Amino acid sequence: MKITLPELSLVVLVGASGCGKSTFARRHFRSTEVISSDYCRGMVADDENDQSATPDAFDILHYIAGKRLKGGRLAVVDATNVRPEDRKPLVQLAREYHCLPVAIVFDLPERVCRDRNASRPDRDFGPHVIRNQIGSLHRSQRGLEREGFRYVHRLYSVEEVDAVRIERQPLWNNKKTDAGPFDIIGDVHGCFDELRRLLDQLGYQLDTGGETWRVAHPQGRKLVFVGDLVDRGPQTPDVLRLAMAAVNSGNGYCVVGNHDLKLVKALRGRQVKISHGLAESLEQLGRESETFRAEALKFLDGLVSHYVFDGGRLVVAHAGLREEMHGRGSGQVREFALYGETTGETDEYGLPVRYNWAADYRGRAVVAYGHTPTPRAEWFNNTICLDTGCVFGGALTALRYPERELVTTPALKTYYEPLRPLEPAPTGALSMQQQMDEMLDLADFSGKHILHPRLGHAVTVRPENAAAALEVMTRFAAHPKWLVYLPPTMSPAETSELEGFLEHPREALDYYRQAGIESVVCQEKHMGSRAVVVIARDEAAARTRFGVANEGRGIVYTRTGRRFFNDASLERQLLERLAEALSTAGFWAEFDSDWFVLDCELMPWSLKARELLTRQYAAVGAASRAMLREAHDLIAAAAGRGVEVGTLHDEYAERQRDAQRFTDAYRRYCWSVASIEDVRLAPFHLLASEGKVHADQTHAWHMEQLHRLAAAGSPVVLATECRVVDLADAAACRSLEDWWLGLTQEGGEGIVIKPLAFIPEHRNIQPAVKCRGREYLRIIYGPEYTDGRHLARLRKRSLGGKRALALREFALGLEALERFVAREPLRRVHECVFGVLALESEPVDPRL
Amino acid sequence: MLLTLTNTQPPATDLGFLLHKHPDRAQRYSLSFGAAHVFYPEAGEARCTACLLVDVDPVELVRGKSRAGGGLLDQYVNDRPYAASSFLSVAIGQVFSTALTGRCAARPELAAQPLPLTAHLPVTPARGDEDLVPALFEPLGYEVEIARLPLDKRFLDWGDSPYVSLTLSATITVKDLLSHLYVLLPVLDNAKHYWVGQDELEKLLRHGADWLAHHPDKGRITRRYLRHKWSLAREALARLEIVEDDSSETAPDEADSAGDAVAAPDLTSITAEEVAVEAPLSLNEARIQTVMAELAAAGVETVVDLGCGDGKLLSRLIKERRFTRLVGLDVSARALEIAADRLRLDRLPPRLRERIQLWHGGLTYRDARIEGFDAATVIEVIEHLDENRLATFERVLFQCARPRLVIVTTPNVEYNVNYEFLPAGRLRHPDHRFEWTRAEFASWGQRVAAAFGYAVRFVPVGEVDATVGAPTQMAVFVRSEGSPSAPPPQPSPTRGEGGGA
Repeated sequence: MKITLPELSLVVLVGASGCGKSTFARRHFRSTEVISSDYCRGMVADDENDQSATPDAFDILHYIAGKRLKGGRLAVVDATNVRPEDRKPLVQLAREYHCLPVAIVFDLPERVCRDRNASRPDRDFGPHVIRNQIGSLHRSQRGLEREGFRYVHRLYSVEEVDAVRIERQPLWNNKKTDAGPFDIIGDVHGCFDELRRLLDQLGYQLDTGGETWRVAHPQGRKLVFVGDLVDRGPQTPDVLRLAMAAVNSGNGYCVVGNHDLKLVKALRGRQVKISHGLAESLEQLGRESETFRAEALKFLDGLVSHYVFDGGRLVVAHAGLREEMHGRGSGQVREFALYGETTGETDEYGLPVRYNWAADYRGRAVVAYGHTPTPRAEWFNNTICLDTGCVFGGALTALRYPERELVTTPALKTYYEPLRPLEPAPTGALSMQQQMDEMLDLADFSGKHILHPRLGHAVTVRPENAAAALEVMTRFAAHPKWLVYLPPTMSPAETSELEGFLEHPREALDYYRQAGIESVVCQEKHMGSRAVVVIARDEAAARTRFGVANEGRGIVYTRTGRRFFNDASLERQLLERLAEALSTAGFWAEFDSDWFVLDCELMPWSLKARELLTRQYAAVGAASRAMLREAHDLIAAAAGRGVEVGTLHDEYAERQRDAQRFTDAYRRYCWSVASIEDVRLAPFHLLASEGKVHADQTHAWHMEQLHRLAAAGSPVVLATECRVVDLADAAACRSLEDWWLGLTQEGGEGIVIKPLAFIPEHRNIQPAVKCRGREYLRIIYGPEYTDGRHLARLRKRSLGGKRALALREFALGLEALERFVAREPLRRVHECVFGVLALESEPVDPRL
Repeated sequence: MLLTLTNTQPPATDLGFLLHKHPDRAQRYSLSFGAAHVFYPEAGEARCTACLLVDVDPVELVRGKSRAGGGLLDQYVNDRPYAASSFLSVAIGQVFSTALTGRCAARPELAAQPLPLTAHLPVTPARGDEDLVPALFEPLGYEVEIARLPLDKRFLDWGDSPYVSLTLSATITVKDLLSHLYVLLPVLDNAKHYWVGQDELEKLLRHGADWLAHHPDKGRITRRYLRHKWSLAREALARLEIVEDDSSETAPDEADSAGDAVAAPDLTSITAEEVAVEAPLSLNEARIQTVMAELAAAGVETVVDLGCGDGKLLSRLIKERRFTRLVGLDVSARALEIAADRLRLDRLPPRLRERIQLWHGGLTYRDARIEGFDAATVIEVIEHLDENRLATFERVLFQCARPRLVIVTTPNVEYNVNYEFLPAGRLRHPDHRFEWTRAEFASWGQRVAAAFGYAVRFVPVGEVDATVGAPTQMAVFVRSEGSPSAPPPQPSPTRGEGGGA
């Protein structure tokens, strides 16, 4: 005997003790699929037969079964389950997780059970126990279907039990192995002319010559209809003909819509209210042949409520589908897929108020659906409603998957007057996603999170770091809609052992050479403050793409997401200068983009760091100079008196010089800013523009683009000096060292060395390392760090933590940009940005 | 760091006897944090100067096992090697230990004799309060000379450095001079490089025994010397028989200074103007009482205090049995720790404990946890949010959480003219992003109330000034009858026809 089980079901074994359930379960199911009440009893009470443990044991049993079903895994309950009250919670459990409950009943002779139990020393209960169980079973087993079991299989003899073969059947909705590509068509409602045009636009070939039509795509694309093929429109039969042609030939799929279902009922002669355009369908079908009507009925009746495609990455259902229902098969799932969710209220037109399930959707699968006419199809939390009200005079829309492109054709006329007018969104209005993104939900960011950037390893954000990030975000950060990227930290080169140096390019070049990199880009490192610039062509473009209102055409923000400028007019002027440069250099047109994101250094340092400068750097400079000068004079005076001062005099002379060098070091990065003309912006990454994250370009490309930008005329935009060095070329490497030495002796901060490719070939290679100059490092390691005694100890520093952070932050930063460019919900962008900020709160040596 | 002591009483070289350091030798002493050198740049009959030069190892400061940690000591770019501080006191105590006790075996009569002495410290911290230096030294009989060091003459707009070159002259014994410096240098610096505990109190009493009790600024000296540890400071004053040990005296909670337990140069120390602003402590009390009265009048039972800070309001609400559920929410984890201490959460009896919770959360994120409360209090919080982030907070609170009662307080900027220490245009706290006039606050409140279905009224808090109003302004929002208690649906594509079910 063959028993067919839906692949996702809750299998309830029903039968008296000793009827062979456990043996059966062992033979047909994986041990992890079977949850036995005996085992659970043993777990809680050390004794599988301790009846006092039964309530606790069943708590555990239900809990485990629930977790399995939630995860989409079949579960087999091995308990007697002979009484309705034993089975009721199991049926409920299956319902809760939208799985089908299946009963397999072991209605064996009492003797068989008694004999088996007699052979087992641990089952020493009296014969009345089995008799009672069989009695319960017989009294209630006729009602199993009524209790809610979708399938009931009954076995009456040992022979029958032994002969059972189990076959698992995929659910009708499971088309995970079909990855398309698909063209998903919104509600057609009998608008055949528009459908035909749309298929034309999509490149389908339609042959309407014969009795049965043919439709195919030269590239093997497949059609998916979101349902509601029928009603209201002028040509329902032709639409059905086409859909049938697609589905029957394997070139398409169709899910059922509420109108389709109602038509089925009407065609079957069931009592339905002829409204909402059903009359048109019936009238048009009435003109068709009996054969066609029969075919259409069979087709519509066989439609499935939803499909899961492409390994679970695409779900199509008429009215949408909540994540926990994807690929499930309960009546509730079908109900939801057909009608969606309503709040129970009605609006001023007497129509049910829909609860927008997509607002709560957090799933990774794209959900394409229809049902609710909207002015235009827009992405919302990874879902998209494709019903653009063609029959009401709107348009017919298709979604190309996996391209995520929309193709539409306008309605040729209004075929049916809508009850509620189809109002186009006011121009300049924010999209649904942007409205929703106005407010992020704390639950998506607080606590422990594991992020999976496309590059690199999974990143774990620990709760304490998330808490720190939350504080920074809440108290200081700009509107999250602007924060599409945060820059990663950067590690220095390995510590140099060269006399007098803590850092030197030699180690950086060695590092990349050993990592197998062939050439590197070496860029002058400007000493200012890191700044990320988001800039749009104008304020309207900023609003459209970033969803910000009244925030200007862009923003300059710091590495912690805080607005760079306190002075709004200075920010505005800087953005204006940059926008002019972008125009002059022709970037808007060339990149076909209304916006850019740039990674920059903004100078002078004193602009942002004034507080730090006056409180710490200049203060230490003032104190050290004053004290060391006086000390040196006093030592000289004592020495002049003939007091033996030893090396003290020379030591203090050198210390006094160091104090002056320290002062000179910080002074180079300070100048006063009277107007925007005193500000310098040095962009070094052209991070992203519409449709692209430019991480696929080499650093040489980035430098070239940005040199063009700097050459566009504004003195505010500064070019960054850079060289490409072949690591196998010893002379080039030496010349680079000389360049660095020259730069840093003149007071430059140092250089940054990066592999030529923006994304290093291997994910464990640092995306960049810095080599800071000897003089510059005084403002990091103190005025007198070059003293041999100090330097020796300072060389003991560990880069491991910093480097691990740099890799993770680099991956997260790019991930944020990629998600933004792909127009994912802000939550998905923000979690990466939030992650970078959280990682930045990890304790690492701040000098690195 | 550097200290010179000059004697001008011939024979001036007697200074050598008093300090137990020979004027013709340079000597080096090892210290735990570096080394000290003593030498005499001049040693004549008329004038003799001893120099105490202290080397602080800057690497050890950051990396050493003994480092105190926290604050600036984490930084290599640090004024500690250069500016007079508790390091110099320690050096004085070790290098001049005999002189500090007033003993001089060779010339006992000399030690007891006041001499015309001058102490010079080229770099002495004197942050902010210009008057502190004379206030500390003049009552002790010194002639005080102060020259403020420029910060950087290349950048005059940066202002002055926090240091002065200090010269103190008096006819005084060496012992007294050294004792004064020993105690008052860290007081000027308002920092200690080591943990301040009971033994610090003993040091203060030992070195201040002869003079501190009569010093007019003894309270400030004691507090700053003991790093604002109130219990220690009070014990010190009590043992100096300066004050009664009267526990009714208003004392800032120990918790307030818990974060300062580890000494560090106090860069965030409360400036004079902030003290002045906060001076009428009763304003805070008035605020709490007004808010509590509103909550009581509205008959609310559950309250979420958004931006609860260190829990001042909660600690009062918990005493009222009418409140069955109290939650404090703040974005600062540190503030919540302090609040937990203040509320003694871990020691509350279970019945009380289950009524109160502290949550970490930010006001610009929707937070399902704060939905379902009768009332929300937002006391002196909104001014800490950037004005362009307020719109999100409004939705989080008024659209999503939707309590029946919302109480918001914020400073009334018009009243700032009454704070004489507050320069015109300066806000009351450096983190305030804005302070509103009464009209601005009213217009904000009315807009919010209209947008989200609330009625609002405004209440002045604190003493009302006829022209500029009260120091604090409060808005009381009451959800309108018939306005939904649940958040409205999220953005929905249902802008067109219903599709027909």
